[in-house]
Amino acid sequence: MAKYPPPEELIKINYTTPVKSWMDTKTAFKPGNFSYPGKPEILKYLGMPNPREWSPTDDDWKLPPDWQRIVMEKFREKLKKYRSFKIFMDICVRCGACADKCHFFIGGGDPKNMPVLRAELLRSIYRGEFSAAAKVLGKLAGARKLEEDVIKEWFLYFYQCTECRRCSLFCPYGIDTAEITMMARELLHEVGCNINWILEPAANCNRTGNHLGIQPHAYKDMMDFLCDDIEEITGKRIRPNVNKKGCEILFITPSGDIFADPGIYTYMGYLILFEHLGLDVTWSTYASEGGNFGLFTSDKMMKKLNAKMYAEAERLGAKWILGGECGHMWRVINQYMSTMNGPADFLETPVSPITGTKFDAAAGTKMLHIAEFTADLIKHGKLNLDPSRNDNFKTTFHDSCNPARGMGLFEEPRYVLKNVCRYFYEMPENTIREQTFCCGGGAGLNNEEFTETRLRGGLPRGNAVKYVRDRHGVNNLACVCAIDRATLPPLCDYWAPGVGVSGLHELVGNAIILDGEKKRTTDLRQNPLPGMEDEEE
Amino acid sequence: MAAFYSFLAVLALIVIPWLGVGMGMGALFGIVLPYIAIIIFLVGFTMRIVDWAKSPIPFCIPTTGGQQKSLPWIKFSPWDNPYDKKGVFMRMVLEVLCFRSLFRNTSVKLQQEGPKVGYSSEKSLWLFALIFHYCFLLILVRHLRFFMAPVPYPVHIAEFMDSILQIGLPVMYQSDVLILVGLGFLLARRVFDGKVRYITLMQDYFPLLLLLGIVITGVWMRYVVKVDVIAVKELAMGIVTLHPHMPKAAIDPSVYAHLTLVCALFIYFPFSKLMHMGGVFLSPTRVVPNMSRRAMWVNPWNDPSIKPHSYAAYEDDFREKMIEAGLPVEKKA
Repeated sequence: MAKYPPPEELIKINYTTPVKSWMDTKTAFKPGNFSYPGKPEILKYLGMPNPREWSPTDDDWKLPPDWQRIVMEKFREKLKKYRSFKIFMDICVRCGACADKCHFFIGGGDPKNMPVLRAELLRSIYRGEFSAAAKVLGKLAGARKLEEDVIKEWFLYFYQCTECRRCSLFCPYGIDTAEITMMARELLHEVGCNINWILEPAANCNRTGNHLGIQPHAYKDMMDFLCDDIEEITGKRIRPNVNKKGCEILFITPSGDIFADPGIYTYMGYLILFEHLGLDVTWSTYASEGGNFGLFTSDKMMKKLNAKMYAEAERLGAKWILGGECGHMWRVINQYMSTMNGPADFLETPVSPITGTKFDAAAGTKMLHIAEFTADLIKHGKLNLDPSRNDNFKTTFHDSCNPARGMGLFEEPRYVLKNVCRYFYEMPENTIREQTFCCGGGAGLNNEEFTETRLRGGLPRGNAVKYVRDRHGVNNLACVCAIDRATLPPLCDYWAPGVGVSGLHELVGNAIILDGEKKRTTDLRQNPLPGMEDEEE
Repeated sequence: MAAFYSFLAVLALIVIPWLGVGMGMGALFGIVLPYIAIIIFLVGFTMRIVDWAKSPIPFCIPTTGGQQKSLPWIKFSPWDNPYDKKGVFMRMVLEVLCFRSLFRNTSVKLQQEGPKVGYSSEKSLWLFALIFHYCFLLILVRHLRFFMAPVPYPVHIAEFMDSILQIGLPVMYQSDVLILVGLGFLLARRVFDGKVRYITLMQDYFPLLLLLGIVITGVWMRYVVKVDVIAVKELAMGIVTLHPHMPKAAIDPSVYAHLTLVCALFIYFPFSKLMHMGGVFLSPTRVVPNMSRRAMWVNPWNDPSIKPHSYAAYEDDFREKMIEAGLPVEKKA
């Protein structure tokens, strides 16, 4: 278990900036502020450069001999490939509007976590290596040379950014730190500086089809286990299709949800929903991962991992793909998927077989978000719901960063939530919707060793949860993201004790009345339903 | 230090022409320099834009600031989350003319008791930035009087509106005062706000001080020395009609200082952050509609050779176990 200070200690945050220039402050690696480096065997498997044993706390990072040239070459290549990168290097006026928008800055006070300064870590090299005038003026013009300390600084701070894009909403020029972080991480890969928590899932996903490395038979086992639970609760046996050819729909969701509490309840919610509808749908073990840690690695890795979705849909002969609740998965699907691996002409624009609604919003990728699908069902009165079964929950809703600022999925989940729950309260407006705060563990930072920094970064979210807990008695934080379901429970325990975390479709699963089900006495977590506290089977 | 050097640079740009003109170098500062500045500005600006435009936008990455267009009964945000070109046009109009993103600005306050993290609306940067930019635009428009004969009607309107309060003689332009207020605020926050000072570089102080120098010399010319406007116009018309000549009537050296500062701004512009003026129109998180799930967004360097780990290889790896678990397989063992 990682050690970290209690909330009373951690909250003493100092926002005052040092007198000394940021270029003169040395990067300090302390337990809890960095993630462990990529293991050499993983790097080898993925064919990535400079595999070796090393630690960020070492003096010598064992960079390749001509690492400066390697980095600068990649820098040039990225500038050529991405207009975003070029523009974001050039036009920042350092107005500071982004400074206090970053959850890591709010929760930690380290000035290098101000998005503007995070970008300056790269910009200073851009100026120092590419601009003659800046080279002459040096530090005055924010220019410096690429030295080993710079690589160390990059490693620390570009793995202290969750690519949540909150800063880019407030930037008058739309400068997107997620984009800058992605570029910086690619530069770091070239010299073998990366973190294992991203690369191992990426490697797993490549081989087994999911981040957790669950093999097909084990996946099936876990699924059966969840079906057993559903049978116990509802009295109905569900027999989901797996890897079945000829189904109308292929369903893909993050593997985290089959594996760990509380994601498994959301997974059960999906199973119940599909059963209720009699949907012609199959799951896949080959494409058993909605998430894509390639997004946090490189454009190549993202493409490679994402390509499985279409490949599997084509192999199975599905008409369209339905996607589960996940944050960055939906940024990839909405903003990258068809560009990288489309057009998927062998698929059709999603049409709900239940309501007949044609989802034009997904006409290009042929992939629909389950919240859109379910909202449409509820709107057409196709679900038999008993929202009182969720009366033990006073719920608020956490907008996950990527569906919020990389898609704009706000009303669909809320509409579903309001129809399956009777007690719903919004958090303060500066902390939800497009202004939502990260859980602190996005972009591959949801690992154990990073917990202290995650909790710091979780302060704005945790504090908003605490606010509705104290004001309205909220005891449940609903979300549509698997990483959230892993990171928000410890965050709530720390900043807003007493608030649990659930997926949206867990609550849907609770509310759905299946045909011929037995009288339910518990919810999907096997906690007693309201008024059933005394009933024992 | 960075502020001090910037100040010295601006001071030099005032003193050098002032003295230079006294030594008979009027034509250098009044004719040669303006031509050089205009050429550098136009060529530099264009090259910069072309250079940016040469890099593609490989992915459709708008920052979505509102509800997407999805189901017909869900109200969407056509301007904060545009799905088509019309929406993007409106988003850009709001961004460029109203500083929409800056308008959202908030300020974080941390209260130890509670603890409570609070967010208050913080519009001062938006307000003063808006004041500065609009005053600058208005002053540019007013200055067209020196470069056009006859003076176009809109320029008269701008002058009329700008002096509508009728204070003083020569009548005071409100924009002259407001731009000083705007620039003063922008400079003050760089100097006094610790966070902003920490991120400020020489290239942030310099343009602010340069603009202040331009405004102050301009105010000096108009309200204090009351320079010979006819002679200034003769000089300016000579430049734009490509018949440059020095007017017979003597022009106060402050005019040359003013002009030199303006030339410095033009020369500096394409190589600096001031290019945000052009860059904002090319920023991929703003000028691209949220449409990549509706239709195809093409990446010119997309690499079709990147293939997924194939299903066949996956099945080869796990076939036995799959059969045992009752999962369908393509090839029997």
